[in-house]
Amino acid sequence: MSELLTPSQTVGPYFAMRLPWADGPFVVPEGAPGAITIIGRLYDGAGNVIPDGLIETWQADPDGRFAHPDDPRGPVPGGYKAFRGFGRAQTELDGSFKIVTLKPGPLPFGDGQVEAPHIDVSVFARGMLDRSVTRIYFPDEAELNEADPVLRAVPAQRRSTLIAAAVADGLLRFDVRMQGDQETVFFDL
Amino acid sequence: MTVSEQRAPGRGLVVPETGELALPTYAKPGPGNHPPLDYPGYKSTALRHPKQPLVLLPHRLTEVTGPLLGDSLITMQDADLTTQHAGEPQGQRIIVFGQVRDSGGRPVPDTLIEIWQTNAAGRYRHSREHHPAPLDPNFDGIGRAITDAGGRYRFVTIQPGSYPWGNHYNAWRPAHIHFSLFGRAFTQRLVTQMYFQGDPLLAYDPIYQSVPDEKARERMVGQFSLEDTQPEWALAYKFDIVLRGREASVFEEAHA
Ligand SMILES: [Fe+3]
Repeated sequence: MSELLTPSQTVGPYFAMRLPWADGPFVVPEGAPGAITIIGRLYDGAGNVIPDGLIETWQADPDGRFAHPDDPRGPVPGGYKAFRGFGRAQTELDGSFKIVTLKPGPLPFGDGQVEAPHIDVSVFARGMLDRSVTRIYFPDEAELNEADPVLRAVPAQRRSTLIAAAVADGLLRFDVRMQGDQETVFFDL
Repeated sequence: MTVSEQRAPGRGLVVPETGELALPTYAKPGPGNHPPLDYPGYKSTALRHPKQPLVLLPHRLTEVTGPLLGDSLITMQDADLTTQHAGEPQGQRIIVFGQVRDSGGRPVPDTLIEIWQTNAAGRYRHSREHHPAPLDPNFDGIGRAITDAGGRYRFVTIQPGSYPWGNHYNAWRPAHIHFSLFGRAFTQRLVTQMYFQGDPLLAYDPIYQSVPDEKARERMVGQFSLEDTQPEWALAYKFDIVLRGREASVFEEAHA
């Protein structure tokens, strides 16, 4: 590595002037075939909601593929046109956020291993000098979750913090806790 | 290791012998390059940083890809914060420009940059902002741009002001512009702030000082450029932004 990186700084209290987009939470348009909704709340170490946070999501499509040059496979032709892969939601005064998306497919990991369907998540807020990175896994994928190489590296008693809870058909809950007994697992990227 | 190339146009590589994907890995930031998540000088970090050890996330498909947000999002006016209203905003007109590249020196083209800042008086246009400085009806303080093929960008804006904040007695933020960048991969996502050369408040600002390495800190300071200053019109500040670079993939090593 030759050059120093530009350091990270907090998004501060006023990012909402620029960063939220009207369609930010919609990785696919609401009502798209197969759309699921993920709701959750962001909590600080005192158990209070964080009302000035930003949640971003990035994920594969339902075939486990990316429309990106570094996925050598690319999307299946004619795949998921309205699917952006990226979601961005500001937390509300009650700390809540919502993302509307399609469930990603499983992905090749290398060495013949398979990654369970997952969504990468970045958490930003005032008081965070860098983002915190976590992942959302799915409750109906017990077998793939069991074999997932990333989940397997997480201490067993903490894995549940990464698995969304089924609330209703097409509705999941994923809370993010920065600290405390149920602190969400965060990753060193 | 010998591998023959099997490559769709403009795409990454599949190693035919094994069917494995040859994915890049992104270099880790050096020690002291990024601020610690727990920094007592910035009080709000106390309840908002993870306390448990972080778990290593290998760079696989989800991490080496990222949103490629096209210029459909952008209009010309987005990069000129002084022409978003009928009248001209108050304050010193400035040009903020630079190059986005990775730590290997490669330009990062076609990447979205989003910025937000105070007006000349140090006031943000935000409902939860109560600093008793005047709003400017001709200034919103928000901009967007996409880097060109050489990773370059350029904004025209107004010199932002300093503003007080509640972190400690007589706390003032140095003038700054907030920057948000995507890069080409999830690993490259960066939110930072650009400061101004010679600002006396830098020495007292815990957010700026939270970056341990002095040289890294100085990377956040826009440099005044007389050469790029436009006579009779606007001062220019150069702010290059360096994102995490790719380490050689297995394939590239094999052919180096
Ligand atoms: Fe600010």
